[in-house]
Amino acid sequence: LRDSQQADIKYLSKWSKWKKANSKSLKKVLSEAKGLSSYLVLWRRDIHSIEGRFGTGIQSYFSFLRFLALLSFIIFILMFSFITLPTIISDYGIFNSTVANISPKNTDYNCSIYEPSGNKGLVYFYTYLQDLLSGTGFLEVTRLFYGYYTVDAVWISVMRYNLPLAYLLATFAYLALSFLWIIKRSVEGFKQNLVHDADPFQSYCNKVFAGWDFCITDPNAAQLKHRSLQYELQMDLEEERLKQKIADRTIKEELRIYSLRIFINIIVIAILSGCFYSIYRVTVFSQEKSNVSIRNDIRTDSANLLVQYLPSIVITLANFIGPQIFSFLIKFEDYLPAFEIILTLMRCVFLRLANIGVLLFSLWSQISNCAADKCEPCGYNYKLYPCWESDVGQEMYKLMIFDFIIILGMTLFVDFPRKLLVTHCSCKPVQWYGLAEFRISDNVLEIIYGQTICWIGTFFSPLLPAIATVKYFIIFYIKKISLIHARKPADRPIRASSSNFFFLAVLLIGLILAFIPVGVSIASIPSSKACGPFRNFNTSWEVVPDTIRGFPKGLQQVLFGMASEAFAVPFFMVICLIMFYFMALAGAHKRVVERLEEQLALESRDKMFLIRKITEAKRH
Amino acid sequence: AYKRFSELLPKQERENACSARVPKSHILTLPELRANPFQHRICHVFSTSEAGDNSMSFEDFLDMLSVFSDSATFDIKSHYAFRIFDFDDDGTLDRKDLEQLVNCLTGQGEESRLSRAEMEQLIQNILEESDIDKDGTINLSEFQHVVSRSPDFASSFKIVL
Repeated sequence: LRDSQQADIKYLSKWSKWKKANSKSLKKVLSEAKGLSSYLVLWRRDIHSIEGRFGTGIQSYFSFLRFLALLSFIIFILMFSFITLPTIISDYGIFNSTVANISPKNTDYNCSIYEPSGNKGLVYFYTYLQDLLSGTGFLEVTRLFYGYYTVDAVWISVMRYNLPLAYLLATFAYLALSFLWIIKRSVEGFKQNLVHDADPFQSYCNKVFAGWDFCITDPNAAQLKHRSLQYELQMDLEEERLKQKIADRTIKEELRIYSLRIFINIIVIAILSGCFYSIYRVTVFSQEKSNVSIRNDIRTDSANLLVQYLPSIVITLANFIGPQIFSFLIKFEDYLPAFEIILTLMRCVFLRLANIGVLLFSLWSQISNCAADKCEPCGYNYKLYPCWESDVGQEMYKLMIFDFIIILGMTLFVDFPRKLLVTHCSCKPVQWYGLAEFRISDNVLEIIYGQTICWIGTFFSPLLPAIATVKYFIIFYIKKISLIHARKPADRPIRASSSNFFFLAVLLIGLILAFIPVGVSIASIPSSKACGPFRNFNTSWEVVPDTIRGFPKGLQQVLFGMASEAFAVPFFMVICLIMFYFMALAGAHKRVVERLEEQLALESRDKMFLIRKITEAKRH
Repeated sequence: AYKRFSELLPKQERENACSARVPKSHILTLPELRANPFQHRICHVFSTSEAGDNSMSFEDFLDMLSVFSDSATFDIKSHYAFRIFDFDDDGTLDRKDLEQLVNCLTGQGEESRLSRAEMEQLIQNILEESDIDKDGTINLSEFQHVVSRSPDFASSFKIVL
């Protein structure tokens, strides 16, 4: 290579020589800068060592964790600087700022009674702990929750900072930012997946030519990789044999298998509905019990904390038991091994995300529980929930804290004792049970679940992303230690490229799921009249039309025109046209690739023909 | 990188490490190569010694690192990968090369090898996928074509010091 480059240089003119020297030094500077900046990348050394010891599959999990930690941190910075910072500035009167509180108009006095009981006077110490864990009491009146931001505008010197509008726009901004960042990261993986899917028979070459991970430095890890490659190749060959067998199935066998599959799917749906129903009942029960005791200021025993955490406990139990049942049932359905894995994962994902959805749905049914005329003046159940956004925020906060406690607890109290047991007790059943596997898919679903809670909860509790960032930090180190000391990597490895895309796809599903509750809260449920920045509006969304009405007439007309049907329908049609164009382009590219492949075959045939002609000519 | 190279030399030759050659046995003690099943092939491909003892000079060492780095282009990587996988150095990957390649991947030792039938099935599949001109061997352009569509090649064919 270098020889060819040096040979080229002799023939170039002076000008190109100077350009080449310039580009070389520029490249050197850039690579130095890149080297320096890579030192700033979070956890670079840790992830590199994990990659060396355990391969790229597990390393992709930790990179994913790092990505989520950064995302949460950026969301926190966003929310903090646009929402919390102005209130801090106005509280301490920096920059000559004051707060404008417009008194609520057109609303019944009863709607605006809200007395959160921040702890006053002497109370038992454990009530502080209880409040910390459940977000009530002294935490309820801090900046953590929506209810604190009961200001309408902040005057900083002579500028008027419209806090309600900022709150709404910051919410849209963090959702859009997460969406765009995830799409950007998944585009790479999607491109490769698309190419990969276009030719499903490439998998053998991929495994053989690109199978060995040259980054592995540890002999143990190399042994592992050898075993996993052998396992993968054998699995693929067996799958091919199974496919052949399936193609040879008789009609009677097929009928039997299909009826069995339908039966098992019915069982799965029954289990899911059982989970949903129990979550609904438990949430209703918990809300009723805690409301009674808090509103009457009775805080006597810790059963109160248990009742508060009941929804989280039930969700975690469902998330734990569900996957075990699914992986047991799928053995009877006689699918191909690869499809088995995908189907089980899809069911687990659906279970986890739908659990959160059911929890929120049951909360809303409580809040809008308008039987017996309870919500006449204000549009929501104002007696039980004078500040319902803070209540939803508290539920999200409890879910997040409980999730964190469970992850810590599982690692400390299940993994390490198991490792101690396996190393010190050499009886047969214990050795056979062995160390727990580091199952990548389960761990990834766990953190996606946590991130979905963070996204939903940030609207109701602006400082929640900070808690999420701290949680991810601690989880990184805990998982790393647990991986190195107390777990062994899974025998069934997932490929790095497809797993990256899969994680991001599920994360995207979680994000889209998070759009729904936030959207419904903003646009459809009336905002609390007793707290929060949206007191003077019917719903939170009304801030935007209100602000637009303050713009000049022309701009108003343009903006209202954009939101009307006359604009939306042609816009939608244009988007469809663009999509069809890109699909046609992709099809055309695929045909070009096929044609080029044929050309390659023809070229080598020409070469063989010419060589034969030459040898014949030589002989004569 | 220069530091790592000079560490491999015995003490007395360290001053003129730029022109010295490191014998193969020392190269294989590098942690990055120690666990690699293709270590012998890598040394053979990158060594430019006329004596055929597969020793590497500093320039060879740099060559090797640059090919395995992140910034090497796909062409370079696939070219050198082809040369590394070509066990009998005949310019094509035939059935014997592929068999040796698969055995390297699954590990040393009798129980980690694939059975005769499995090996046949695997090699048949590989040739089906990549041999476009159906001559029973894989040449460089076929190799580059099939590897360009492999999503894992770029991320696995790299060594970072």
